[in-house]
Amino acid sequence: MTERQRKRSNTRMVPVPTNAIVPERDVNAIPVLETRHLGIEFGGLKAVEDFNLTIGRTEIAGLIGPNGAGKTTVFNLLTKVYEPTSGAVLIDGKDLHGMSIVQASKLGIARTFQNIRLFDKMTVEENVRIGLHNQIKYDMFSGILRLPRYWKQEKRQHEKAMELLDIFGMQDLADEVSGSLPYGVQRRLEIVRALATKPKLLLLDEPAAGMNPHETEELMENIAKIRDKFQIAILLIEHDMSLVMGVCEGICVLNFGRVIAKGTADEIQANPMVIEAYLGKKKEAAK
Amino acid sequence: MRKMKRTTVDAIISYGIVTIAFIIAQSMINNGAMTRALKGQMIPICVYIVMAVSLNLVVGISGELSLGHAGFMSIGAFTGAIVSTWLLGAMNVQNTTVRLITALVSGGILAGAAGALIGIPVLRLRGDYLAIVTLAFGEIIRSILNCLYFSLDNGQLYVSFNSPDIPGKLIVSGPAGTKAIKTISTFPAGFVLILIALFVVLNLINSRSGRAIMASRDNRIAAEAMGVNVTKYKMMAFVTSAFLAGMAGALYGLNFSTFTAAKFKFDTSILVLVFVVLGGIGNIWGSVIAATLLTVLPELLRAFSDYRMLVYAIVLILVMLATNNPTIRSLIVRMKNSVQQKDGIHQAQGGTER
Repeated sequence: MTERQRKRSNTRMVPVPTNAIVPERDVNAIPVLETRHLGIEFGGLKAVEDFNLTIGRTEIAGLIGPNGAGKTTVFNLLTKVYEPTSGAVLIDGKDLHGMSIVQASKLGIARTFQNIRLFDKMTVEENVRIGLHNQIKYDMFSGILRLPRYWKQEKRQHEKAMELLDIFGMQDLADEVSGSLPYGVQRRLEIVRALATKPKLLLLDEPAAGMNPHETEELMENIAKIRDKFQIAILLIEHDMSLVMGVCEGICVLNFGRVIAKGTADEIQANPMVIEAYLGKKKEAAK
Repeated sequence: MRKMKRTTVDAIISYGIVTIAFIIAQSMINNGAMTRALKGQMIPICVYIVMAVSLNLVVGISGELSLGHAGFMSIGAFTGAIVSTWLLGAMNVQNTTVRLITALVSGGILAGAAGALIGIPVLRLRGDYLAIVTLAFGEIIRSILNCLYFSLDNGQLYVSFNSPDIPGKLIVSGPAGTKAIKTISTFPAGFVLILIALFVVLNLINSRSGRAIMASRDNRIAAEAMGVNVTKYKMMAFVTSAFLAGMAGALYGLNFSTFTAAKFKFDTSILVLVFVVLGGIGNIWGSVIAATLLTVLPELLRAFSDYRMLVYAIVLILVMLATNNPTIRSLIVRMKNSVQQKDGIHQAQGGTER
């Protein structure tokens, strides 16, 4: 038994604290995401430690915390960019242990990136079609020989891509090269591309970064709209508190790789630990 | 729908241009309007076009620098020579077309298999490392072929490594290369091979697999996060490219009654890479044009006699400078745009399809 396996099996014995804040409508279903004592070390540095989170099937959850708290590391753990050194990630009740990024994606987890990662030289529609890669398939030979299956599936891909682009009213941009688009539009395209993979859980890494207040408000409506339309769960990292407090049903606060608070927007705003993490200790100011 | 139609129309126009070029060249040969030397260059031109197009699939579309492309060409060339001689000697197949097709296909398949074998370790590497390892593999293939002996005796094929003591008549004799192979390559066959290469590469690019290949090039992590198996698609591009290079090699080999493994050294890989870079990385049509011009150029420069290669090098540098010049580039882009605009107007008149 390797060091890592031992650690994993040990940690899984321990019961997970059940202060999960799943919305009532999702309580009886298998949670779309469950992490148990999740952690990762980089050469002795514990970037994330004992991270427990449960997300209901149609919940919109937020992950917040000061810079360097480990939020993006959590996303990388959930999408298998990193293999955790302890703990487990369960998507829809299935353990992701040992899976590749591609396998995790096929299980229904999709993400956007903090630093936008579009396929810049490809058009908007082609970007979305990459998202549809495992949804509408045909093999290489049908493609090269232009068999009937090619035409049928290409048409389906095109129609589906257009339907998805319509969420953000981006149909007119379908033939634009994605690298030449404005920042905000690129962010929206990333969301569309992630949705094309037909996820059960959508991870958004700072979706409102670089957007003006008006665009942020629009994004907020769209996040709720996406959840209602596709009936999926969304977990988002965001620094814009108006968006987090406005749209998230449950919020998890991370500081120095540890969860310091969980709860609804009101609970989080009143939590002294959270205030301390963001603003520093009150005591020292008083002295 | 609109986009699909445009790519189809583009493809038809492209194949049309190649066909017209072929008809002109063929009629010039028939009328005796072409010099002997240039006539002899026709099949190598076809070979180098296919080589450049296939290498562009790896370098331009898949975004991996491969410096061992001549290795796949040599596998195709030797396989083609052996298969064609074996078909004639052992199977008594007199029809040259059948022999040529079989030789090309088997050359392609063997080169593709070698591509798959090499691809497994090589495609785990990135950037410079991948370039160096492909370079090494190209040299390994050449060194192995340099030591192989093949002979045909009473319809039986014999192989030996490093020793010419095998029964029958030698087909391949180590460093001395192939012996007395019937030259069955023809210019029309080369033309068909170009069409096949273009058909395969262009159709691959405009398909689900091709998009996955390009996505892996543009952003590996994002492609994986979207569920694209990056290694699989890099492999697909690499093997397809090796397959086409093998076919080109077979055509090349069967153009000469004798050739040696030394023909396919590092220089040849670099020459093909020059075609790709000069024609524009990722630009399939650029590869076709660059391969044609740069193969013909040394022949046309015969007037300079001793200074031929010097002039060749200077022309190469000048063209590289010119194509990288912002003024000339913007001119080309503007020309392209004006053509596309006409296209757009045409489509707008065609009705509202969207």
